[in-house]
Formats: sequence, structure tokens, C-alpha cells
Amino acid sequence: MASNNVFIVEAIERRKKILNKVSKKIIICGGTGCIANRAMKVYKKFCDALKAESLNVEVSLKSESSSNESVIYVSKNGCQGFCQMGPLISIEPDNVVYVKVRPEDVDEIVEKTIKKNKIIERLLYIDPIKNQREKWYDEINFYKKQQRLSLRRCGRINPEDIDEYIYDGGYEAAIKALFDMSDKDICDEILRSGLRGRGGGGFSTGRKWELTRIKKADKKYIVCNGDEGDPGAFMDRSIMEGDPHAVIEGMIIAGKAIGAEEGYIYVRMEYPLAVERLKIAIDQARKYGFLGKNIFNSGYNFDIIVMEGAGAFVCGEETALLASIEGKRGMPMPKPPFPAEKGLFGKPTVINNVETLATVPVIIKEGWEKFKSIGTPTSPGTKTFALTGQVANSGLIETPMGIKLKDIIFEIGGGVTDKNGEINNQKFKAAQIGGPSGGCLTKEHLDMPLDFDSLKSIGAMIGSGGLVVINDDTCIVKVARFFMQFTQNESCGKCVLCREGTKQMPALLDDLIEGRGDEKTIELLETLGKAIQKGSLCGLGKTAPNPVLSTIKFFREEYLAHAIKKECPSKECKALLKPKIVAKLCKGCGLCLRYCPVGAIKGNKKEPHVINEELCIKCGACIEACKLNAITVG
Amino acid sequence: MNKKIIIDGVEVNYNGEKNLLELARKAGVELPTFCYHSELSVYGACRLCLIDIEGKGIVSSCSTAPEPGMIIKTNTPELREIRKIAVELLLANHKMNCPSCAKSYNCKLLEIANKVGVEEVRFKKVDKECEIDFSSHSLVRDSSKCILCGDCVRACEELQSVGAIDFAYRGSSVNILPAFGKKLNEVECVDCGQCARVCPTGAIYPKSNVNDVWKILSDERYYVVAQVAPAVRVSIGEMFEFKPGINLSGKLVAALKKIGFKKVYDTSFAADLTVLEESNEFLGRFERKENLPLLTSCCPAWVKFVEQYYPEFISSLSTCKSPQQMLGAIIKNNSSINSSAKEVKVVSIMPCVAKKSEAEREEMTTNGTKDVDLVLSVVEIASMIKQAGIDFKNLSPESFDLPFGFKSGAGVLFGKSGGVAEAVVRYLNYENNFVVCENKIDLNDEAHWKEIKFVYKGKNVKAAVISGLKNARQVLDEIKKGNLKYDFIEVMACPRGCIGGAGQPVYYDDDTLVLRRNGIIECDVESQIRNSKDNLFLMKLYMEELREIGSSISHSLLHTHYRNRKRLLGDNIEILSGGKNCKAEIKVCVGTSCFLRGSQELLMKTMKYVDEKFNNDEIKLTAEFCEETCSEGPTVTINGKKIKKCKFEDIKTELNSLK
Repeated sequence: MASNNVFIVEAIERRKKILNKVSKKIIICGGTGCIANRAMKVYKKFCDALKAESLNVEVSLKSESSSNESVIYVSKNGCQGFCQMGPLISIEPDNVVYVKVRPEDVDEIVEKTIKKNKIIERLLYIDPIKNQREKWYDEINFYKKQQRLSLRRCGRINPEDIDEYIYDGGYEAAIKALFDMSDKDICDEILRSGLRGRGGGGFSTGRKWELTRIKKADKKYIVCNGDEGDPGAFMDRSIMEGDPHAVIEGMIIAGKAIGAEEGYIYVRMEYPLAVERLKIAIDQARKYGFLGKNIFNSGYNFDIIVMEGAGAFVCGEETALLASIEGKRGMPMPKPPFPAEKGLFGKPTVINNVETLATVPVIIKEGWEKFKSIGTPTSPGTKTFALTGQVANSGLIETPMGIKLKDIIFEIGGGVTDKNGEINNQKFKAAQIGGPSGGCLTKEHLDMPLDFDSLKSIGAMIGSGGLVVINDDTCIVKVARFFMQFTQNESCGKCVLCREGTKQMPALLDDLIEGRGDEKTIELLETLGKAIQKGSLCGLGKTAPNPVLSTIKFFREEYLAHAIKKECPSKECKALLKPKIVAKLCKGCGLCLRYCPVGAIKGNKKEPHVINEELCIKCGACIEACKLNAITVG
Repeated sequence: MNKKIIIDGVEVNYNGEKNLLELARKAGVELPTFCYHSELSVYGACRLCLIDIEGKGIVSSCSTAPEPGMIIKTNTPELREIRKIAVELLLANHKMNCPSCAKSYNCKLLEIANKVGVEEVRFKKVDKECEIDFSSHSLVRDSSKCILCGDCVRACEELQSVGAIDFAYRGSSVNILPAFGKKLNEVECVDCGQCARVCPTGAIYPKSNVNDVWKILSDERYYVVAQVAPAVRVSIGEMFEFKPGINLSGKLVAALKKIGFKKVYDTSFAADLTVLEESNEFLGRFERKENLPLLTSCCPAWVKFVEQYYPEFISSLSTCKSPQQMLGAIIKNNSSINSSAKEVKVVSIMPCVAKKSEAEREEMTTNGTKDVDLVLSVVEIASMIKQAGIDFKNLSPESFDLPFGFKSGAGVLFGKSGGVAEAVVRYLNYENNFVVCENKIDLNDEAHWKEIKFVYKGKNVKAAVISGLKNARQVLDEIKKGNLKYDFIEVMACPRGCIGGAGQPVYYDDDTLVLRRNGIIECDVESQIRNSKDNLFLMKLYMEELREIGSSISHSLLHTHYRNRKRLLGDNIEILSGGKNCKAEIKVCVGTSCFLRGSQELLMKTMKYVDEKFNNDEIKLTAEFCEETCSEGPTVTINGKKIKKCKFEDIKTELNSLK
């Protein structure tokens, strides 16, 4: 049991003693988003400023000093999710969170909040709808509607300190699994919980484990798929950066369940912080005897190797990922054989996504019933989403499965923004879910509960959970083209339909965007898209046409406008613009005439000008130049 | 257990078929495919062999194993549409200059486009402009024709364990290239051409010398003779609607004469010569217990393979030139040939593309003259016969010219795997009363690696016969580890030996090779003489010209030497070129290990020092790649003297001593 392990007991004791001395805890969000916004400078500034004030600063809580003098603990934690407002600084026990903190603000925070317990109003988060300042997470809408399970420790603990993880109840599930459960028990527990793979496919994790468990082999592997590559998705990165021990613990449990003694974490090298923190966490776990030989004195051996991928999107596909670990070019192989039969180095292998593995300890610790009670019957539990696009609050969120799209966008997300950044929910046009493999959701789906099956039924998928909100100033054909170009760039080039098909699809979309298309173009897009879906070798290819097919399905009118009327309803496709000068508004200043690169505008001074449609190349320079908004785009 | 599967409504029993594609063939359904080859690993990339399995949906048949009770459809509107789209997509991205394409005589893309009923290409034509790689003497690579089926990559890796080409880049930029985008002649390609053999299009194909041969044939200054390799006679017919395996040497000789070759000789004559020279070499080595196992040297791809990957075995390679080169040297240095004072040119007709590179090796010259001037593949000579308007089918056979058209059955056996060993054993048996105590070579054996044992003067002799360089690599590795010991090893690079060469008419299945092999065996069986020793004209050659086996004349004409090719050449960077006053040649290794140990800094300091203390033309300074003393780097060589763990002071001392 947990209490038997000397390291756990000691870690908890040590932590208790230290926490008693902590008078204030300053948490600086150390996620990549905040770091990009100078969070590390803020962190350093805090350390320096506090020291300059001769306050007792502690950054690691490892102090063995017996003095009872109180300390201020400055901790850089993992991602707290509210990336748009970063860097975030929370101060406990005052329970105040400051947003968009700059290094220049630090002195003031130390002076007022740390020393005098006063709140600095201007650094508080302002709710864009209620327009009021909010002090702590439980007041902020972005967090209120969330239910954090796999992100439960992200941002709350220092990911580089195993003691914090242990103090928070960490590794209890691993100990339970190792000592109190058989391999079959573990598989059953996960199976009953209904946990489905969070990486996109939504395959039952328990079944995957069980299939591998029953295979007899001299060696088996557990592989953690951290090759998150969807544009705008950073769920897995945040977990690896913010709570690496949860991934390790999940892998230990999976290792016991299937009989693997070796695990690989495959992370893309574009995630240097995740790699660093995973390596630190693994080292610490090894030192405590949680990894290596005879882990937790249980008689089991289990160790983890961190493998850095070169960042090919296709390596998120499991057979390509395995090839990459084996040192080969990351190209998928036909399935069957499935990895459960013939995986890494030809041995039975379980491949789980980061989020899935980080959820496993929760289920083992708290039982399958509790997990199953969250979410929907067929998709239990929670799901993380990377909420981005034209939405007021972008960031990393976690909600129960089955949450309605409108709750995510209008409540957690704070509403849709227009091109000026103002909230206007009427502007909602679509939400692209599941990244380049996913599809588009529209107004009619706002009330639809989001889970694996509902999304699949409308030709989208949860994918790894990218959620891009699109307002009606955005051309849907261009959105589809963007995602198609992404899959084209990332196609491994192995199978014909994906490699060549994803090259032809953007070309066909270009025909529409540039006014060369007709109805047949749309028809061909659909025919080709379906062939790619049905005939491609791997998941990347099979899902590549989704953005196009789902937007044609839900926005056929907009496609037809491009194809037949040669119009872009969102006025984004420049080639389809028909600039006209409204005579009533034109004062004949001549600005447009000067800016027109092809001399398509004629007119006398102080008289309304005219655009010669035949010469016009639709570059839009005149529109930008006109100060009187006298030029319309038809 | 019910071992029945229903394919398109027809019940099929399955019995050991590896996958549904092969089972469908059994059921009489020929599914189109580019990337499935029974001898290569399953790849599943071309998406043409798709089938619809009830309950499972659309899968590729090549990668799906049969399961009892499966109900399969191969011909639904959906499948036909997907196949058509796949082929159209390929065509949109394929340079279509079919009439002038080297592969047009049996292009699989063309065949399958017809088969799946492509009527128009609905997609945008994307013309890839690629530089064509003509660098190799054997092969030409034209990426603009490549459909990226990966067959060449797998053939190179899985049959030959060479891996000279592989996929590079992603998305629409994917390409198949030698490492670092180098040219084919700059990398470890052994010129076997198996890549070209399996290539369904003209993306990689044997280099043609047809025009060069036409040119010398019509040049009055030359007396052009041809030699025909053993394996050619049983495959040339395939280019003229004959079945594989029929010996058509008579028609071929007649055709070659019509084309304008003055004499047509048989390379099998030189094979007999090889038997005598190589057996003699073997006996010497066997008695002295040195440089064993003796490795045969008939196959130039194998020779290059050893030079590149197993330089420690170079001394084991037989010093005999290959029969092609031997015959070239004999023809050009033989007094009996009356060329009316014209310069003799030798053209060989080979089943092989590596022979083209072999003929260009600088070692393959005698007194500065190339032994063989030009090499034609079977496909090329067939093209010439067609160009000349010769009705090959109805030609009256003619015989090879004497003396070098005469051969034993053993000489013809060189065309198939095991033939060299068989011929040598036959000869030794006759000559030295060998007793073959075990496994007389089974000519019909299917194995790509087999052992034979016999007793010589009371001593056991153990030999091996291997085809496929991957198999050869395994054997050499085991020998290195001490797990295997052989006295003699015959290696041919291509499947089943030269009958499976890349200069042969394209074949995709082993059945063709079996027929060709049977044809070769038939030639041997029907020969009046079956032992190289009995070749009277060969004996005459020894008496009149070579004097005796292994004589100094035979050495100068028939034997060669090899060199270590472990490192790719042409990488050195000249920094100072020296001149006529050159006092010192300095080479600084800038390989990875030496670089990490500071060789870059040494180089800079040396340049500066030379600049200060010497005239420009007094020093030649080169940055070179790897002296293979990595653990003791940085390595600097000054006038041939190697300085390991070199410091700048060492260079200074060395240079000052020159002054």
C-alpha cells in the first residue's frame, strides 16, 4: 500500500513540514504559451524582487533547514489553460489571479499584494460580457464550466518536483495496481470505465489492453503517443509539461496490465519543454525506485525511454510512430497486423495517447464507476479541447464528454469575436473540430452533445481535440483549403490516394477560390474526397478529406456561390471581388487612382471615379486606400 | 475448419495463400497492383488491389490474410471508381512521353491504366521537372516518371541488402533518392539493376548503349564482334513471343550477323576458361590454406558489394576476371582473329546491367585498351533486331563462330545460380578424382543458399552456392563471427543467378525464372561435351597462346585486382592546391569524430600559418573525410605521414622541418 513505500511516506512528511512554513505561494504559469509571453522573465523578476526585499524565497521546496521562519514559495508550474490571458500569476492563500503580467508589474505585486495583501485591480481578469473584474478561478467563467480530470494537476503543481505530485496523491494508483490488482483486474477496470482513446480514434482502451495482455510474447511494449501535431492543438503538450508524472504513472499501470517491462514516450522535438520535463520526471521516478528494476519493491520491472520525433504529423499514426521509434522512415503499414499482435520491434504493443494515459491513474484510484458517471454513456469521462480561433477566451479546457458546443463557445469561450475583436455571437459561422482530420460544425450543431459517436455520425471527429471557432467573415472554402494544404504537406507520400489526392484537392479548391471552378469542380471534390476516405492506407489519408467533405455538406450554398455566381459571401476571396466605386460617396480625391497598380481607375479630380472591370486585377489596394469607404466589393 | 472463402460469388478453398490477392488469383481474378511482388515485403501503397469484405469494408487484398467464411467482392462500382481515380491521380503526376520512354515496351502503368478503364484524366496535370540522373554506367533514374510504389527501394534493401535509394521528403515533395540527393554513381549502388527490374514505369531503367553500338557498327574503322552470355539464349525469345526457356542462340547469332557483327562468340567459352583458371586458383589456396573461402568473381555486382561492405574479404575474391572480360581480353589479344587491320571492338550481349559498369572499370583493361567496349542487355539487342526489321521468329539458325563460340555444357551453366560451382566440381572431379560424397548439386534446388560437400585428397571441402546479396551478407556475417566455414562460395546477385538479371526481359514472377533455368539445364544436358576440360578449342588456346593454366600470360589477360570501396570517394575539399614548388601535402580529416575533436580549428590555424610562412604554391592543403582512426583523432597526414591526436604544434614542427 501507499503508506508502505518509504519514499512516499517521506515525501509526504517532508512536504507537510515545508508547507507549514509557506506564508505565500506565488505560482507562475510555465506553459509554453505563457513562456512565449515572457513568463520566465516574470519568474526571475519575482525571485530577484523578493530577495531584494530580504524576504525568504524558496523555489524548490527542498529546504532541509530546520528554522521555522516563514518562506515565500515561488513556483513555475505547468499550463493553466487560459493562454490568451498569459502570463498568469496566482497567489495563495490570497486566492488572487493576475493576468497578462509583465515583468514591469512584479515590483508592484510584491509591494502591494505580497507585503500588504492588497489586490491590484488593474491586473485582474475582466469578464468581457459582464465587464467586471474577477479575482479567482472559481469566479472566472472560463474555468467555472470546466471539469478538470486529466488536467487536474496542470498548473497546480510544480511539474519538476516529484514530491508535489506525491503529496497530491500521486503514484497511489500505481501502487494499488501493482500490489492489489492482477493484470486482468486492471484491464477489466479500464474496460468497465468505458475509457476510449483520446488520440482521435476513440477505441476502447480496456479492450486494447486486454487484446495485448492475452498475447504471449517474450517482450511487450507500452508506447505513449505524444506526437501531437494538429495545428493549434496543445492538450498533450500541456499534460507532458504540466503533469509528467501522471503520464509515467499511467504507463506503469498499463505496463503491469499488459505485461510490459519497457515503455517509450514518443514526443516531437518541437516540444523541448515537454521533453525536458519528462526526462526530469523519469529521473526523479527512477531515483525513488518507481521506475527501473523491482519498482516500488513490487517485484515488477518497468522503465521508460523518451524518444524524440522529428515532427512529422504522420508519426502520430501508430504504425508510422512505431517505424519511427525503430529508426525507420515514419510511414504507416497496413493493418492488420495490429500493434497488439505485431507492434514495436515485432512485439505485442499498446499505444495510448498522452491524455488517455494521464486519465488512467484517476480511474484506478477512484474506481471505474466514478469515471463512468461523468460524460455520456458511450463516451464517459472528460475531454480536453484546445479552443482557438475567433473566440473571446482561447486556451486549453477540459469538460465532460457530451457538453454542448454552445456551452464551450459562448460560456467557456466567452463568445464569438468579430474582425474587430468585439464579442458578437451572431457572427458564429462554424467550428472546426478535430484538426485537419476533423470536420466542421455549424449553427445547427450548437445544441448537439459532443462525444465520439455524435461527431462521427456527422462526418467529423473529436480527433485529439482541436476546436477552432470561425466567424462569418471567414470564407469556408479557404478554411477547407488551409486544412487540405496541411495534410498535403504532412502526407508521408506512401499511398497514392493520399499523396496525390491531397495534392489535387487544394488545386480544385483553388479553382473555386480563384473563380475558375464550376459545379463539376464541387462534384469532383466530392468524388475524389470519398475515394481518398475509403481507399487510403492509414488514418491520416482516410480522414484527410473530412474538412472539405464536411464543409461541402454544411455550406454547399457557399461553395455554389463560388462556383456558379463567382462570389465569395465572406468577401475573402480576392479574385472574386468586384470592386465598384459608389458615385454618391466618392469625392474624387484620387487616392484610389494612385494606389491602383494596373491603372484600372479613371476619373477627374473632384468627380466620382470609375473602375474599369476588364483591367481590374482585384487586388483590393483601392479599397484599402479609400478613406471614405466609397468602394464596395459587390 | 471451413477453409472456404467466397470471392465474387465463387467459392474458393484456401490453402497456405499468404494473402487475399494471391487467393483471388487462384480464383481467376487478377487484381491490378503496382507494389505487390511475391518476393518482396507487403507494402500496401498503390491502393489498386482493394477489395470489399463483408463486415470489414474496403481493404487492400495484398495485406489482408484469408480468414474462413470471408465474403469478398472485387468488382463493385465503388472499387472500380477508386481504382480509376488512383490511376488517374498517378497519370496526372507522371511525365507521359510514352512513345520515347525506355519502358514503353512493357510499362505496367500503361497496362493498368488500360485495365481499370481510364478514359480521361480528370485531374490537373502536374509536370514534375526533374534532373535525370545519367551518372551510373548501368542505370538511369528519371523521377518524373516515378509513381512512388517503392518497389525499387524494397528490392534494393530486401533482395540485396544495399539500400542505395530510399524515400525522402514529405507530401507532394516525396521522392526516391540516393542518400543526401547524391547521384547513383556516388553512392553504394552495386549496379545489379533489380530496382529497374521491378520498376513498373520508366523511372529507373537500364542505361541504353544501342546508339553507341549502331555507331561503331557503321564505322568503317572498326571490326565489331559480339559475345553472347549463357543466360541470354533462353530469354531472348520472350522479346519475340516465344515462351521463356527456349534456347534460341541459333536465331540470335543469325540476327547479330544480319545486324553487322563480324563474328559472334559465346561467353560460355570464357566460362570454361574461368573454370580452369579458378579451379587452379582454388586448389592452390586450398592446399596453402590461405585466402579461403575462395569467392567467385563472375558477378560484378557481388564484386562491388564485397569491395564496399566486406573489404576484409577482398583477398578471398578470385582474381579471375569475369567470363565477359576474359573473352574480351582474349579476343583483342588473339593473333588468330583476322580483322583486316581494323581495330577490334567487342560488344557483349548480357542478361545483366552491372556488366555495363564492369566493362568501364579501370582494372578491366589490357595494355590500356578496354577488354569490352560496349555492353547490351537482352532488351537492347531485341530492340536493335526490331529496328533492323529482322523477322526474328522465322530466322534460320546459325552457329557461333569458332574458336570462341565453342563451349561445354558446363560453360552454359554459368547462366544460373549453382552453375559455376557445378562446373568447377565437374572439372575437379575429372582432373583430380574428387569424390563428391554428399549432395551432388541438385540443379533443381529452389534454395537461394545451399551447401555442398566433397572430399579432396582425404580432406573435406565445403562449398556454398548463394543467389541474392542479402543472403550473401548473412553468410559473410556468419563467417566473420566464426559460425560458418566454407572453402568455396559461389555468389550471384540476382534471383536464381543471371537468368534473373536486370538486363533480361522484365519478369515479375518466379515461374518465368524456372522456365529459363530449365532451358539452361537442357542446354547442358544436350551438349556433346559437358566438362570444361573437354573444350578442345580452349585447350588449343592454352597450347598456342596462354601456355598453361595460371601462367604469367594468363595472369596478365585473365586476372585482375580489386580495391577497398568502403568509403565513398570524391568528398575531399581542396583548400590550397599547391603547385610545382609543392613541398608538402597536408590532409586534415574533417570527419565527424575529428571535427568534434577540433580538426576545424587545426585547419584554420594551418591555413593561417601557411599563409604567413610559405608561398602559395608550396603547400597543398586538403580537408578530407575520415581516415578511420576516429578514436585517435584529429588525424592529419603530412606527406603520407599520419599524425594521430594531432595538435597544431605537431603540424608546425613537421612544416618547419621542411624549410
